[in-house]
Amino acid sequence: MEQSFWWIMSETFIAALFVFVLASFAGLEVITKVPPTLHTPLMSGANAISGIAVIGAMVVAGPDHLNLTVWLGLIAIVFATINVVGGFMVTDRMLQMFKK
Amino acid sequence: MESFIPTTIQLSYLGATALFFLGLKKLGSPATARQGNTLAAGGMLIAVVATLLDLQVVNYPMIGGAIALGSIIGVIAAKKVAMTDMPQMVGLLNGLGGAASALVAIAEFYRLLGEGNVPLNATITAILGSLIGGITFTGSAIAFAKLQGLITGKPVSLPGQQIINIFLFASFIAGSGLLLFNPLNTVAFLAITAIALVLGLFLVLPIGGGDMPVVISLLNSLSGLAASAAGFVVMNNVLIIAGALVGASGLILTEIMCKGMNRSLPNVLFSAFGATAAGGGGGATADGGDKSVHKIDAEEGAMMLGYARSVVIVPGYGMAVAQAQHSVRELADQLEKKGVDVKYAIHPVAGRMPGHMNVLLAEANVSYGQLHDMDDINPEFERTDVALVIGANDVVNPDAKTDSSSPIYGMPILEVDKAKNTIVIKRSLKPGYAGIDNNLFYRDNTMMYFGSAKEAVGQLVSEVKQL
Repeated sequence: MEQSFWWIMSETFIAALFVFVLASFAGLEVITKVPPTLHTPLMSGANAISGIAVIGAMVVAGPDHLNLTVWLGLIAIVFATINVVGGFMVTDRMLQMFKK
Repeated sequence: MESFIPTTIQLSYLGATALFFLGLKKLGSPATARQGNTLAAGGMLIAVVATLLDLQVVNYPMIGGAIALGSIIGVIAAKKVAMTDMPQMVGLLNGLGGAASALVAIAEFYRLLGEGNVPLNATITAILGSLIGGITFTGSAIAFAKLQGLITGKPVSLPGQQIINIFLFASFIAGSGLLLFNPLNTVAFLAITAIALVLGLFLVLPIGGGDMPVVISLLNSLSGLAASAAGFVVMNNVLIIAGALVGASGLILTEIMCKGMNRSLPNVLFSAFGATAAGGGGGATADGGDKSVHKIDAEEGAMMLGYARSVVIVPGYGMAVAQAQHSVRELADQLEKKGVDVKYAIHPVAGRMPGHMNVLLAEANVSYGQLHDMDDINPEFERTDVALVIGANDVVNPDAKTDSSSPIYGMPILEVDKAKNTIVIKRSLKPGYAGIDNNLFYRDNTMMYFGSAKEAVGQLVSEVKQL
């Protein structure tokens, strides 16, 4: 197999880099002022969002013939779903307790 | 139809992304936080359902089974976990997220290997994905074990730890280099994945329990970056954006926590704080033997509190360990009945994760209006009759302001020493996490009330009732 000019990144990759950098800046702006009361729920809620990896896991586990990739994907789905469901629910449980 | 489905999926992802932004924004304000969390969860649901439409995703029974299994475990964990165990829970969830992201990167890499052609972009991103995800996974596992008490909370490091870490990192770079020139070198890929896992262990093991707020925030940030890296591997914008968002929020929390300790992130990560200071702490306690403390019992304590006009309660990790938050609330209720003005002062790094004390007090039905940040409450101590310190130590140590030789010099503290009187509830005179003696305990207007937070506060409650 011949390696393409390896220092040249594809256009889609560069586009994705743009998305990443812009999203990071947007993230820093959205979350700047959080009162300490909400530090824990913010962390666990954000953590649940990072379980978005479940989407990637579903795609790699997508084919219906089992091979190493699919098995790894299925394990990733279980982990990510615990992260998502557990994270959002426990955040809700905490926020329910906060009273004025 | 062929182009309709991909378009629908992408537009759904766009909607999900918008909901994540909106949700996080709303999580920043107490009035809207719950709604924000629900919106973000809705975004996640949309993204998952949209992915099921993907024509490549056809393995429904197994995917459905995996989702069901994960959901059941998630629901049980979220319902069962005690509020005092929340730091471990967050640590564990961070780790699972990191592991999932790493697995996605690895799985995709193997899929491309099977096709015999791994583009360079995919190799780079798979390397990054397994590095960040791997470190997040094992690092979080260690943080969980420390917080759960499965292993010692004290810093643990091998002799020459720094050199070992540098060597491991150099090996990782070398392995990555090999892989970039020949992506079919699976041995190199497995080796760098293993190195990433070991690095996660070695990065968190030398960090002590009191620095956990920083570590948990940092791992939170990394779990986001891991998702982003996985997004680059499978070229999926919603993963990249959501991951970047979480990375940013974790970074902000990490910065707040570092500021709360007046230490830099590298200092927290690499100084094994608390291990070296412990020797010095022994000496300091020996000195403490010459100094005398004023001891009081529950009756005297109750008199001081009950007849005060204003009381500020300063909770620390000791309150969490003893699960004393409900007793503390009860004490505050009794005092308020007697016309005492009660406030709570919360140090940003009190406890084992950002906002730890706030969550516990909220569980005990304390309204968040009564909880005050360090900057708000510090000017008020001068007008406070009694500051009641419950299981906190380093965050109220006046040496941080006055003694430039103290390891915690420069750390912002709650200035309880300015209150007219201070009552400290503590199990013993043992130094706190930083391993240093606390001069507060030997002051003339400081009263020590020795005992476990829960019993001590419980006794105060019954004595106050009898006043």
